[in-house]
Amino acid sequence: MENVNSNTKYIDVPTMADMAAQGTEPEILFWVGCAGSFDDRYKRVTKAFVKILNEVGVKFAVLGPEESCTGDPARRAGNEFLFQMQAATNIEVLNGYNIQKIVTACPHCFNTIKNEYPELGGDYEVIHHSTFLQQLINEGRIKMQGGGTFKGKKITYHDSCFLGRANNIYEAPRQVLESLDADLVEMKRCRTKGFCCGAGGAQMFKDAEPGKKEVNIDRTEEALSTGANTIAVACPFCMTMMSDGVKNKNKEAEVQVKDLAELIAENKKL
Amino acid sequence: MGIIQQIAFVLVLAIAGYFLFQRITRIRKNILLGRRETHNDHSSERFKNMMLVAFGQQKMFKKIIPAFLHFLIYVGFIVINLEVLEFVLDGIFGTHRIFAPTLGSFYTIPINIFEFLAVAVIISCVAFLIRRNLLNIKRFQARELTKWPKMDANIILIVEIVLMFAILTMNAIDQILQDRPDTHYPETGTLFFSSLLIPLFEGMSTSALVMIERFAWWFHIIGILAFAVYVTYSKHLHIFMAFPNTYYARLTPKGKMDNMPAVTKEVQIMLGAQTDTGDGADEEVGRFGAKDINDLDWRDIMGAYACTECGRCTAECPANQTGKKLSPRKIMMDTRDRAEEVGFSLQKGGKGLEDGKSLLDNYIQREEINACTSCNACVEACPININPLSIIMQTRRYVAMEEAQSPASWNAMFSNIENNFAPWKFAPTDRFNWANELKRETSSNEKNAQE
Repeated sequence: MENVNSNTKYIDVPTMADMAAQGTEPEILFWVGCAGSFDDRYKRVTKAFVKILNEVGVKFAVLGPEESCTGDPARRAGNEFLFQMQAATNIEVLNGYNIQKIVTACPHCFNTIKNEYPELGGDYEVIHHSTFLQQLINEGRIKMQGGGTFKGKKITYHDSCFLGRANNIYEAPRQVLESLDADLVEMKRCRTKGFCCGAGGAQMFKDAEPGKKEVNIDRTEEALSTGANTIAVACPFCMTMMSDGVKNKNKEAEVQVKDLAELIAENKKL
Repeated sequence: MGIIQQIAFVLVLAIAGYFLFQRITRIRKNILLGRRETHNDHSSERFKNMMLVAFGQQKMFKKIIPAFLHFLIYVGFIVINLEVLEFVLDGIFGTHRIFAPTLGSFYTIPINIFEFLAVAVIISCVAFLIRRNLLNIKRFQARELTKWPKMDANIILIVEIVLMFAILTMNAIDQILQDRPDTHYPETGTLFFSSLLIPLFEGMSTSALVMIERFAWWFHIIGILAFAVYVTYSKHLHIFMAFPNTYYARLTPKGKMDNMPAVTKEVQIMLGAQTDTGDGADEEVGRFGAKDINDLDWRDIMGAYACTECGRCTAECPANQTGKKLSPRKIMMDTRDRAEEVGFSLQKGGKGLEDGKSLLDNYIQREEINACTSCNACVEACPININPLSIIMQTRRYVAMEEAQSPASWNAMFSNIENNFAPWKFAPTDRFNWANELKRETSSNEKNAQE
């Protein structure tokens, strides 16, 4: 086996502190994010992504206990002070380790670190895991065999606002899905017209204002109407909202909500 | 034309010019009530945006039918206004069709083009009247689009139709008069569309025709001047404001929120990274976030004056589509209404911003701003790059930082971030637990595989 950790029986996750102690530097810093660290469902995405990094042999590290919320929800809810306190602390840690390249699975972390930290003294190459996975596939580092688990299966991709409209990333996630040899079906509202899951702008952390419907139910109905049995997402908020929507429609037995990293890991039987 | 007509014309022109100047000055002052941020960087990129989005109508073409009809009116507006130049010169010098003798037989071509566009404008305006009033298009039925805004739209379309008919009538009669032996009207050649109207007037006496022709001429030019003044009160102001609005629009990725340097400074002082120089020179921080229009970036107010109330933003807004009160279009309309209110008050020597009212609460309700998911659908949808999200986020900042009145669950989220470094209430020491879980899971997989 080519696995870099083929001698060990388990996957170990190196931290920046470990690396610094050994005097080495990783190829990338994997920014896990709060959802990726704490949310039971999203931890599976974190693990899937680490399995891929491990399999491919990308030299990575995480901040581990030194990581902290980027401040995105605070900023979007209006608390600029709290956001900037978080940013200042995080930037200090990142700069302290001389971080150059950051990969994250969370579009909110991605957007904040990429677009909002530079003005506050944090300048890094920031890559969302969809782009990173696409690069690994293009470089041939992730080898996808045709006829895998998802061959011919209907998958629909739900655009995350913070990837799509916020940062013009529409194609990378789709190319990752196409590599699965799956049948990618689009919802009517996709790409620039993608319909929000309802959780951005700190909506994740409070009840919705009164209306006639929940945003995630509306979106889930649209996703289900494509007939896809997998709804692919690339954001922890979208993951929660779409999973809740599917549960609400009692479709969790037939329809799965999966992150791109999980789909790749599954296809590669990692 | 007699000297009396010339004097009358110059007088009309002067009166219109006076009102127009007053309005432009007022609107400029209203916009500059906002924070004086500078946005002159990357001028070539800005210019390119303006040419593509405003001049080139790039974003209109997301919806092909209205885009095409709108394009006809747009080109009509620009090109037909060249004819207004002749109107003005004729008015001042007492001439009739001043360019006809100079251009000779070529004169027929531009006038025929103007007529073609006039007909295209009429057709488009009729189509828009039908779309607006008869077809049940959701974005034209919203709660903010009642009374005046609805009427405003219809007035504009009807006035445009009437003005175009005035041109055609004038040209039709002119062609009859050119053939009458008792008048000396310069030859225009055959004007295709207006000649279709000739049968309506043919039997009339020369003096009656001259009267009607003069009436149509005056009607058209007064109509245009009145319309120019009216436009400054109307949503139709986008015909001018679209240009500066696209020029000054944000060039950064849509996901990036504007930074608050005042807060950066405070944070740095708190963290000991910077000491307060205490010179107080650049300490002028009015308010954190926006409660009223003077707290907004001036280009947000300009955006409000540029807004055509087309409602594409609202039609794409997920909160609005699921029945929440938020409508990005209403945010822009509210901002403009408040700017106008303050402006009028100041003009009359009134209290202006100190009238006890504010944009937030008196116009925009908290329930509206709280519903925003910051998904940027409204920003993406706007054909002229207006950013309603910016105003929403600035008002949220005011509520959170000046009043500490954010929804309770947001306050809980804030304290989680502050105390636990995550928006959820988990122990920060548990942040890395997933790695141990992964270790366990993979080692048991390994065991399973070996067994």
